Amino acid sequence: MGRYIVRRLLIAIPTLFAISFIMYAILALAPIDPLSSFGADPRVPPEVREAIRHSLGLDEPWPVRYMKWVTGMLQGNFGFSFLSHSPVIDLIWQRLPNTLAVVGVAYIVGLVIALPVGMVSAVKRNSIADHIFSTGAYFGFSVPTFFTGLVLIIVFSVKLHWLPFVYNSNLKVEDVGSLAEQLRQSIMPIAVLGLFDAAVFTRYIRAEMLEHLPLDYVRTARAKGLLERLVIIRHVLRNSLIPVVTLVALGIPSVFGGAIVTEQIFHVPGIGELLVRSIFLGDTPVVTAVLMIFAVLVVLFNLLADVLYGVLDPRIRYA
Amino acid sequence: MGVAMLVAACGQSGQPTPTASGGAAASATTAATTRGAGGDLKILYWQAPTILNAHQATGTKDADASRLVLEPLASFGKDGLPIANGLASEIPTPANGGVSKDFKTVTWKLRSGVKWSDGTPFKASDVAFTFKYQCDKATAASTSTYCEGVDSVVAKDDTTVVVTYKDSQPFYYQWGVGGGNLILQEAQYKSCVGAAAKNCPADQKPIGTGPYKVDTFKPGDTVTYVMNENFRDPKKPYFKSVTFKGGGDAQGAARAAFQTGEADYAWNLQVDATILKPMASSSTLANLVTVYGSSVERILVNFADPSPSLGDKRGEPDTKHPFFSDKAVRRALAMATDRNTVASRFYGDGLIGKPTCNILTAPEPMNSKASASFDVCKFDLAAANKELDGAGWVKGADGVRAKGGVRLELTYQTTVNAIRQNTQNVMKQNWESVGFKVNLKSVDAAVFFTNTSPDGANHFWADVEMYTNSGDPDPTSYYNNGWSCSQVAAKANNWQSGNYARYCNKDFDAIIAQLRTETDQNKRNELATKANDLLIQDVAVIPIVNRTFATSAVAKSLKGVDPSPWDSEMYNIADWSK
Repeated sequence: MGRYIVRRLLIAIPTLFAISFIMYAILALAPIDPLSSFGADPRVPPEVREAIRHSLGLDEPWPVRYMKWVTGMLQGNFGFSFLSHSPVIDLIWQRLPNTLAVVGVAYIVGLVIALPVGMVSAVKRNSIADHIFSTGAYFGFSVPTFFTGLVLIIVFSVKLHWLPFVYNSNLKVEDVGSLAEQLRQSIMPIAVLGLFDAAVFTRYIRAEMLEHLPLDYVRTARAKGLLERLVIIRHVLRNSLIPVVTLVALGIPSVFGGAIVTEQIFHVPGIGELLVRSIFLGDTPVVTAVLMIFAVLVVLFNLLADVLYGVLDPRIRYA
Repeated sequence: MGVAMLVAACGQSGQPTPTASGGAAASATTAATTRGAGGDLKILYWQAPTILNAHQATGTKDADASRLVLEPLASFGKDGLPIANGLASEIPTPANGGVSKDFKTVTWKLRSGVKWSDGTPFKASDVAFTFKYQCDKATAASTSTYCEGVDSVVAKDDTTVVVTYKDSQPFYYQWGVGGGNLILQEAQYKSCVGAAAKNCPADQKPIGTGPYKVDTFKPGDTVTYVMNENFRDPKKPYFKSVTFKGGGDAQGAARAAFQTGEADYAWNLQVDATILKPMASSSTLANLVTVYGSSVERILVNFADPSPSLGDKRGEPDTKHPFFSDKAVRRALAMATDRNTVASRFYGDGLIGKPTCNILTAPEPMNSKASASFDVCKFDLAAANKELDGAGWVKGADGVRAKGGVRLELTYQTTVNAIRQNTQNVMKQNWESVGFKVNLKSVDAAVFFTNTSPDGANHFWADVEMYTNSGDPDPTSYYNNGWSCSQVAAKANNWQSGNYARYCNKDFDAIIAQLRTETDQNKRNELATKANDLLIQDVAVIPIVNRTFATSAVAKSLKGVDPSPWDSEMYNIADWSK
């Protein structure tokens, strides 16, 4: 097992280098420009733009810029944002708490909802509850988050004036009042994302449970006279969760990646919002840093998922 | 009252005579305020500020967020003339001797006793230092265009600054006035001049003389400010703190101000008029505040040949456009341009734009009155057809006119934007009805305004293109960059020069040359109007809509908001109250 992990980690190094090179090349060749936000503004004439470009080092050929960037990256230096002139890593640290508070919590909420719902759906297959849950899951799965987000805003913010839809990232949770405020401002984005995640997980859990329910070991357990509740929870659920756990682990990097659309709608300054804005504004140091961190997370959580699979299922052994 | 005085003064001397104790009108309405009596002012910009030093800004958002903290010597008022709400105690003019007879030196008297927010005294040497910082080439300031032609800025004593121009400068307020000329503290920035300006930590938290100071700043997200206890006016600012939130989109910003009241001020509501109008008119929470300036949505006509078959020569200024080189074709295109329909349907009939046939719409004395009667300014399909018939362009079987094997088939490009795509459709319909074939193309704005992209406005590898541009209170550089022979965009200058249409006309250049040296204001107004009329009659450009400069939602309870089309929307935030 130890050797397996070490080998996988060693393979990851060239993979990450390849990712970094391809990503940098695409960004360097794409028609994005940190000066494009000036538009055709005559107050910023060509000479000025050229001077700014020079000061950002953009007049150097991109392979040279790539080498400098990789060298800095290996020393833990992610560089400076073209637009804010502040260290990229600071920007990411500023946004991570918001992303985790919204996207991360939504992920957990989704799981917490999906577990019982998926179970009930499978056990009481074709019952009214199953039909309701399955239809609901299908609905949550197919309706895009920007739509549910807007519906929630129009109902709860515009019509009822109950909830704010402009997220305040400076709110510090210190007491009951500020906790309530934090809940008020994050409940809509969490609901939008949580329901979507719940829909996805419910379908998986239901399908896995249905696969296991007719198997021999379940019949054996029942024949032993075990309580039905114990059969379901101790035997069927445990075995059904093995692929679900890997699915959850593989989904964690996307939590760090943020939720682009939902963050935009609710003004949540998360990683996804940072990434998209930086792409549009041509702030390549930020884009490369976020994508690189994302790539590392994907590689790590892939490994984690494989290892977890082995731990949970003794039939699988890695050599 | 200040404005009335100003108009009278202008009428007499013909020279601009700004109000000596500017902002008198504004301060009168807010005289009763007490510092810090208000709570938190909530400002929402759908583009988030990323840096708080206007000299390193990459957009209005940054310059505006800087303006709460940093101040210029004076602000540009609604008529394009300075008002003394900044660091200068009065506006220098030729009449009061502040501007020399040859228009080369401008002597600024500064307020005495002004302190930086850290409590240290503000001095004339800070102003001279700012010039050094801003105008050092290696600083790469995005505001360095205001340094052009400035010889020196010298502190004569603690409250006197002398700005000297290399040549006679009729626009003698170029350096020191308005959002591009905010004064920095020497003590904070002295190690950030030149190449060291890059990644200077002071840009995240500048010390200023303005009504507020930065408390926290998360780039790309939120700036929070608290009132500056050292602000020179003991009654201001009214608000204890300001939250300047960024992000989301224009429609969300409009909703936050008009429908939920989560923002007291929502900036630049570029929303389709059909959505914005009902939102604004039904709101009990906020009003739409707009001001007209020099922003004009225009259609550029290409004078070079953009066809890809030319290879390396594509779009080069020495090529000739296959049919736009015929003035009759340009005239017909202009006559088939229905700006009234576009303005009334997509710009809400004056809500966020009004039709115009002038490429220079402001300041008002320079806004041509003659153009209204030009035939190229009247929407007349019959006249357009007649023009093309007369020039020998004959309609083929497919309804497209041609002459000598050249078909009137054109590509019309602009940015991806609902209003612009609607405008394109109206134009296409009318132009095709007189015998053009129109292919529409829309490009993402970030790509459209990139000098490296073949789809960019500056390469202009299309036949006509549409976008908005605006100028300073003095139109010389606007005209020069846009249409003079010396500024023709070409491969040789990396497509970076501002004359994207590759228009070149000796008569026009002659007017601009005169505009550079003429010092009599009435004659300047005449020259500016003449240049406009020449461009319009020669169909070098087709203006469509004069767009509002500021288009903001302002809470009904918020007083003192009075945007100027020549300065930051935050230029008088010290006067805002509830």
